[in-house]
Amino acid sequence: MLQQAFNGLVGGAFYALLALGLAVIFGMLGVVNFAHGAFYMLGAFGSYVLLDSFGVSFWLALPIVPVVLGVVGVVLERLFIHRLAPLDPLYNFLFTFGLALILQDLVKRQYGVQSQPYPRPSALGGSIDLGLFTYPAYQVFVLGVSVVLCGAVWVILTRTRVGMIVRAATERPELSRALGIDVARWVTPVFGFGIALAAFAGVLAAPMRAVNPLMGSDLIITVFAVVVIGGLGSVFGSVAAGFAVGLVSALGNYYVPSLSQTLVFILMAAVLLWRPAGLFGREEAAL
Amino acid sequence: MLRIDGLSAWYGEAQALRDVSLHVDKGEIVTLVGRNGAGKTTLLRSLMGLHHGTSGTVRFMDEDISALNPHKRARRGLGYVPDDRGIFATLSVEENLTLPPGMGPDPWSLERVYETFPRLKERRRFPGTKLSGGEQQMLALARVLRTGARLLLCDEPTEGLSPLIVQQIGEILREVKAAGVTVLLIEQNVHFAATVADRHHLLAEGRIVESMDNDEVRAREDELLQYLGI
Repeated sequence: MLQQAFNGLVGGAFYALLALGLAVIFGMLGVVNFAHGAFYMLGAFGSYVLLDSFGVSFWLALPIVPVVLGVVGVVLERLFIHRLAPLDPLYNFLFTFGLALILQDLVKRQYGVQSQPYPRPSALGGSIDLGLFTYPAYQVFVLGVSVVLCGAVWVILTRTRVGMIVRAATERPELSRALGIDVARWVTPVFGFGIALAAFAGVLAAPMRAVNPLMGSDLIITVFAVVVIGGLGSVFGSVAAGFAVGLVSALGNYYVPSLSQTLVFILMAAVLLWRPAGLFGREEAAL
Repeated sequence: MLRIDGLSAWYGEAQALRDVSLHVDKGEIVTLVGRNGAGKTTLLRSLMGLHHGTSGTVRFMDEDISALNPHKRARRGLGYVPDDRGIFATLSVEENLTLPPGMGPDPWSLERVYETFPRLKERRRFPGTKLSGGEQQMLALARVLRTGARLLLCDEPTEGLSPLIVQQIGEILREVKAAGVTVLLIEQNVHFAATVADRHHLLAEGRIVESMDNDEVRAREDELLQYLGI
């Protein structure tokens, strides 16, 4: 039971990292980034290619891949998303959705649909005795790193002026502009940062999950449910809901395996019936 | 200070403002009155650059700002107090105050804000929307004063507030006017408007249909209230 809960938290760590980026991007740009899962997949493939073709280790891939894909995100935002933003939101939905399919198929064409092997970094190959049970060291590392990362983002958001601007612009972009904040200037780095977080999650996933072109689209549907449960655009809500959904689906998987795929969506429906704006969303944000 | 020439605005096919021209001189308080849907809020939003689909020119301090983005207009010295007060729930009271960058020649210090609004100091760590309606209105006003804005665009600051707070808002408006700040005010409470403002414009169906001074507003108060449906 405890071990299942731990599995859930580790799974939740991936949801939280992806949902965090998605929530900030949605809040500031009003764009539901359907390509988010594709960047998670590219993160995993990036570290695979670096190791396989260039012998670059996991520890180097961990900073390199997110930075490179973050820059790709910045370019995408400048070239396309920024220009589509003043139009109907549907244009950016279609653009990011199409982009996700293109990226997925390009990787599929090169590597096929079968999973690529990625070894655990040797330093984290063993297990750790957690008292009540032993647990793979790598999974403990993943959980620790993502908690620290989410915590760091939280500190930046709540304790710095940049964070204050991002919070304000996420809550009410138009009003922030009317108060003299150049929201457009912050949108590009925030988008790049959100993509970098997704890529980082992808690198973390490579040694413990199947590296294949569909890994992103499999995960992203659950992440959308996470963002909705947490409250659209709510940063804190998306992280909390990420870990909560991880827990619920792991425990559900263990006790009621027949419902394992649907449980998250039952949870989402229940939360929306109870609080239409999500757990941490505000009513006006839902409009 | 502010000169609007032939301003029109649309919501899709529907025209919300029709060829509105008016001017506000430095240190003046000018009100806009009119029924719901007359175009008052659209006018203020257009001045801030928040409404897409406008034509006509807006000049502020002898500069044509019609094509500027909202944040650039704010930095020229336009202070916007929206009709819903625009308090951020995810920001504390103090963060709400310090969010907008300073712009005018005479920005208020945080100490001065807290001296004028002691209640905001007591509650500075609270989330902005945990304040009462009156306190939120004070916060919205204090926020634009802190930036040193030269022209305040206030969208019905007295709506739904108790007479005591309305009186307090009147005192603040007279105080900032004395300091040379200019105000364009949406106000349905014509009695209150006549005590703070210099001139009044009546809007109907997107047009300015009448312009009045204080004596005229006082003389026609009952008629105006009846017309406005209050």
